[in-house]
Parts: sequence; structure tokens; C-alpha cells
Amino acid sequence: MLMIEVYELTKVFDDFLAVDRVSLSIPTGSVLALLGPNGAGKTTTVRMLTCILGPTSGTATVAGYDIIQQPERVRAQVGVLTEQHGLYERMKAVEYLDFFGRVYRLEAAERRRRALSLMERFGLSNALDKRLGEYSKGMKQKLALVRAMLHNPPVLLLDEPTSAMDPHSAKQVRDAIIELQRDERTFLITTHNLTEAQQLANTIAIIRNGRIIALGAFEELARQFVGEPLMELRTATPFNGLVKDVSDLVMVESSGDDWIRYRATDPYTTNPALLRRVAGLGIDVVTLAPVSQTLEDVYLQVVKEDEGEPTNGERSG
Amino acid sequence: MASAAVKAVKTETIQSGAGAQFRWTLSNALIITRREVRDSFRDWRIIAPIVILTFLFPFLAQFVAGQFVSYVTGFGAELIGERTIPFLLMVVGFFPISISLVIALETFVGEKERRSLEPLLSTPLTNTELYIGKTLSAMIPPLLSSFGGMAVYMGSLIFGELAWRPQPMLVIQIVALTTVQALVMVTGAVVVSSQTTSTRAANLLASFIIIPMTLLIQGESAVMFLAPDAESPTGIGALWAIIVGMVVVVTLLLRVGNSIFNREELLGRTIDQLNLKGMARRIWRHVWTVETTGKPARSLMEWYRGGVFASLGRIKMAAWITVGVFVLALAAGFVLGQRPEWRLTLVATGSLSETATNLSQYTNISTQLGGFRFILWQNARVLLAATLLAMFSFGVAALVLTPAVYVVLGYLLSQVLLAGVNPAFMFAGVLTHGVVEIPVIVIATATALYLGAVVTKPPKGMTVGQAWMAALGDTIRIGIGVVLPGLVLAAAIEAYITPRVVLLTLGGG
Repeated sequence: MLMIEVYELTKVFDDFLAVDRVSLSIPTGSVLALLGPNGAGKTTTVRMLTCILGPTSGTATVAGYDIIQQPERVRAQVGVLTEQHGLYERMKAVEYLDFFGRVYRLEAAERRRRALSLMERFGLSNALDKRLGEYSKGMKQKLALVRAMLHNPPVLLLDEPTSAMDPHSAKQVRDAIIELQRDERTFLITTHNLTEAQQLANTIAIIRNGRIIALGAFEELARQFVGEPLMELRTATPFNGLVKDVSDLVMVESSGDDWIRYRATDPYTTNPALLRRVAGLGIDVVTLAPVSQTLEDVYLQVVKEDEGEPTNGERSG
Repeated sequence: MASAAVKAVKTETIQSGAGAQFRWTLSNALIITRREVRDSFRDWRIIAPIVILTFLFPFLAQFVAGQFVSYVTGFGAELIGERTIPFLLMVVGFFPISISLVIALETFVGEKERRSLEPLLSTPLTNTELYIGKTLSAMIPPLLSSFGGMAVYMGSLIFGELAWRPQPMLVIQIVALTTVQALVMVTGAVVVSSQTTSTRAANLLASFIIIPMTLLIQGESAVMFLAPDAESPTGIGALWAIIVGMVVVVTLLLRVGNSIFNREELLGRTIDQLNLKGMARRIWRHVWTVETTGKPARSLMEWYRGGVFASLGRIKMAAWITVGVFVLALAAGFVLGQRPEWRLTLVATGSLSETATNLSQYTNISTQLGGFRFILWQNARVLLAATLLAMFSFGVAALVLTPAVYVVLGYLLSQVLLAGVNPAFMFAGVLTHGVVEIPVIVIATATALYLGAVVTKPPKGMTVGQAWMAALGDTIRIGIGVVLPGLVLAAAIEAYITPRVVLLTLGGG
């Protein structure tokens, strides 16, 4: 079942095209990371999905409700972490959460139970009676996340969820997201933290100048934009002429005194054949392993291609 | 699992029945109000003036009243003393409500500035619930202070040395005035807040509220001192008129506020800077665009068909309202002329030959050219003034300024008929050019009304700003395409043809 379906969503502010025919679908219980440079249209997309901004054209449904026809129902199904935490600094955390619980029409006992449990989960239970003005930046961010989760929404739209957090707090948040994902909650996360996005997201969407320029699972995007898996072979001793000796088996991309790197379209066939050849040449192999590809590599390549720069010549596919 | 999660969130925001819907809206609004009021009472900058104005200032006012009464009584001017006491009651009531403006600006634009509005906008609350909640929260603390201050002041005067016995209706009037003034300031502040992103800019723009309110208070003070019916048990008539006028203003401001207080407007605007060039470009494009194609018109005919007629279609309702007001104005003038105290002493049986002789001098070309210029300029500036004033009065000024001439016409017609004179010359003098001029004036007035009123209910899918710019584009289109050519033609007929037709009906020429 698709929890978020976006079709050709467009937003124009006066003469500025902020979001240009964005289409996405996010299945129940999955995480989509929306990446892109500042001003790419991430926040505007999230605001349209929260029915804060109306689309100029296109449609979307969230949890089965239409963002144009049923805005109140959509907002009831969504927990939002906004770009700025926007807390009321004169209130205590307990009052703040009680206020939002009332807004979401939670019963008094439920409000208190949910607030206490979430505050505990994020390590804030000791700060319940503290005024929010006294909270640190990271605590404020965590409280804003608690607010977004307070009404137990099936969909969470999180704008930079771990920004301003220390590593421990950021891990707490990531763990919470993974846990909630297991509980069939659906996430749309916008972030500049590519490691985090790679770790959490089932689907990556890269948006630039309002357009989605890449969309898919990380592995698909890596294959499409960075190429086939890159393998590295390291030998015990320096060698001469190995590149030439294996050129009929693999296309070597780079090499050193005791290593070569090559693209393996079919590692199950190529790697054993290569190992046999190297052994036959009397060279001892220390390791043969894939060079890890990161989302950063993918992202930079996608953006580079979209900028119209020459495509990566090393890309095979 | 997912559907269970979806069900976990309450979504029954739609209540059946108008009563239930209203209760639901109000109860949601009060959630906001409670939080905001509590927050206001935590701010010493708000609490301190409220306490001072509620508990200290009334005693000062009472002391001043006592001293002033004794002083003026010494000179035999008891009346001034008597009128000062209710005047000070109004002042005691007004000072605290001036805080409502500060709270409203803080509540709306302050939240925008601190970015705490977006989480609230992401909740299921409707725009109306948010608007009502915030409006009430800006009004309740200052109004409580105001009513408290007035109670303290009256108590000290009633039970004090002066043993003041106020007219109950006057007290009711002052309380009503205070309440509507608070509403005007708060609803005005919402409009101001929506146009800014910083408290500083909002405070600067707030002078658009403060200055008219100050003038109003001065007017009310003058009324309270000078009104001949100041002691009337039904209250001061002029104050009732002010209250009714303020209620109309509040109603219009509430409508504008409710239109403006929407998520799109609140978050869509990111800068306070005016992009005049961009605005001019957009308006200009709207003026020359053919609506069906969205492209600039290639010929005059295409522009009229696809642009001007589309604009005329949008002002249809305003045109019917204008026609209705013009007819009423004509009828009012006629009825007024029937009242004995308004009748003119016309020579009932006298000949109009002298008039004909005077008129004949206006039938030579040189005076006619001057007449043409004068008529064109006169009509154009009245319509221009009506349009400009309509922008700042939700269109009301257009319906006040232009119909005035129809009141005069109705009045003159009644006088002519009462004098037993054949009104044919009058019809000739009005209708010859009126055939063109009256429809043009109706269209121009309706366009001004539409331009002013569009902010109270923007067309669906448009923000207030977009709607107003589009309406301004329509106004320019109609102005260039219909009103200006119409006025030129009407002035030409009035200068060159109308005098001759009138002469004919008078037997001259």
C-alpha cells in the first residue's frame, strides 16, 4: 500500500518555479530521503504535503487523503518536524506537549502517557518541568521530534531531524526512526546528512531546481550514476605488467605498485577467473574486496550531470 | 497494520450540524486562546501595564475628575465637570485596550518571526480556528483590564465623594465603544501582520491603525462634550452612529483577516521588501493578456474579446450593486426634495427663456471645447478619486462618492416637478449624454468597488495579494478599454450636443 503518492506536484511563487512536476510514491513503512541543495524545493514539497502551501498544479494523497480536498484530515495523519523547531520558549515541556496533545484531540490520560513515554525514549524525562528557553539546541530539536510523534501519526515528515544534535542524540533519533519504520510508520526525511540518508532510506530522491533528478534505491542509483561495483585487488608484493596480463579479463580503472581497481559487471564470473590468473602468474593475493560506494559519490555525480558537466568517463553503464 | 495506524489518529473534524460545527470550531479556537493568554500573562512587559492601568490609573483618573469638577465649579462651569467624568471613563477604558494592538502584533507577526507558527500550521486546526483563537487571545487580557479599570473608576466615583450617578445607557455605550475599538485594533493588526515578517515592520505599519484610532478618540471626546443629547436616557445619538460604523469596519476587517489569515499567506511571504518593478510587470501582463490563451493580445479586437470582456464579466455583481445604489440615491434625493424644509422657491409659471438665452452662449465652438475639457477632467478625476479611496475603504468610498450626483439629480427633479415646470428640459440635459455617461460611471464605480472589496473575499485559489493585483489589472483594463473612451464620448456629447437639445426643449435655438 502506498502511504504517500505525489503526482506532478508543482508550485510557482509569483514568477519563481519552486517545485516542478514532482512525482513520488512512498510505500507504507518505508523511508524516503529527499536530498538536494539549499533552495532546491525540499521544504516547499514538504509544506505542500502538509497542506500548508497549496500546489499550483498536480495532486498528492497522504494516508489516503487528498491534500487539496481534505487538508485537515491530511494534517491529522502527519507528524511534522519543521526546518526551525519553533518552540514556545516560555512554556515548560510538559505544558507544551499537553497543548499540542489538545490540538490533536488526545484524551488527557493519553496525552500524558504519550508525552512521558516519548520524552523518556529521547532521554528528556528529566527536563519535563524545565522551561523550553532553558533547553539546549539539541534538546529543542528532540522535543520538536517528540511533538511530531505525539499523536502517533502514520506519516512523519521530518526536515533535518538530527541537525544540531550530538552523535549520541542523533543515534537515538535514527534508532527511533528505524523502530517506528518497523511499526509500519512512513517517513519522508529531508537532510544534508548523506550518511544518515543512506543508512535510513529505502528510497533516495534528489531534487534540484524544483525537479526530481534522481529517484530510486541507493544501489540502483549507484549503479546508474556511479557505475558497476568497483573491486580492489591487493597483492603481497609489487608486480610489473599485471595490468597488461589481466586486460582480457577486466578493465582496470586505476592501479598502484601492489593494487589494481576494476569494474566488475559480473563479479561471480570475473573475480574467480582473475584470482586464477593472478595465482597462475605466481602472485600472492592479500585481499580482493569491493570498494564501498557512498551516497555522497552518487549525489555529487547526479548533481554534476544535472549541471550539464561531462559525464564521468569512468562510468560503465 | 498501516490502516490501523491511520485509524489511530482522530480525524473527526467534520461535525454535523451548524451548531455542532460552531461549538467544535470554538472549542478548537479556545485551545489556542488558553495557551496564548497564559503565555501573555507570563510576560511582565504585558502584565505590568495591565496591572497599572487596571488598578492605579483609575484612581488617578478619579482624583483628576474630582479636582477638575471642583475647579470648574468654582467658575460656574459645572457642565464641563459633569461631561469630564464620562469622558475620563472612556479614557480609562481605552488605555488598556491599546495594549491589544501590541499583543496582536506579537501574537501574529512575533510568532512568524520566531518561526513558531509553522508547527501550529501543520496541525489539523483550520485557518478560521487559528484566526479566532489568536484574535480572542489578543483581546481578552486588555479587555479584562479595560473593564476592570472602568469598574474601579466608576466604583470610586459612585461610592466616593462625588457620588456620581451615570446614565446607564451612556455607560453601556462606552463599554460597547471600548469593545469594538479593541476589535478594530486587533483585526487591523492581523491585516498589518500578514503583510510583514518582522515585529519592527509591523510596528511601523501599525501607525495605519493608531492614527485613525487617535482621530476617532478625539472625535468621540468632542461628541461627549458637545452632544446636545448627552443626558439622554437613550444615549448619545452620535456615539451610536460611531458604534454602528465601527461594527461595519470590524465586519469588513474580520472578513479581510479571515481571508488573509491562511497558511499560504502566512508562510508564502518571505520578505518585507516591495518589488515594485515585479508588481508593475505582472499587472502590465495581466492588462494585455488574452485570458483564454494566456498570451498578449495581437490585435485590439482580440484584446477586447479576450481581455476587457472577461474583466467586465468579473464586475457583474458589483455593477448590479452599483445600479441599485444609484437608484436608491436618486430616490433619496427625490424624497428629500419633497420635505417642506428642503423645498426651493422656484418660479412655477415663469418662462425659461432667460435660461435658454444664457445657454445659447455655450453653443459656439470655442466655449464648447473648454466645456469638453472641463467635463472630461471633472468626470475623470471624480472617478479616479473614487477608485483610489475605494482601495482603502473596501470599496465603500466608491459607493459614497459617485452616487452623490444622483441624490442631487433626484432632488432637482422633485423641485422641478413641485414647481409645475415641464421636466423635459431636464431629461434632455441629463439623458442626451447620460446614455453614454451613466453606463460608463456605473462600470467605473463597479470596478472601483470590485477592486476595494476583492480583498475581503479573494477568488478561490488566489492569495489576497494575487487577487488584488489581478483586480488592479482588471481596473486598468476596463479604465483604458471602456471608461476612458466612454468619458471622452460622453464629454463630447455633453459639450457639443446636449446644450442644443436642451435649447430645443426650452423652445430656443
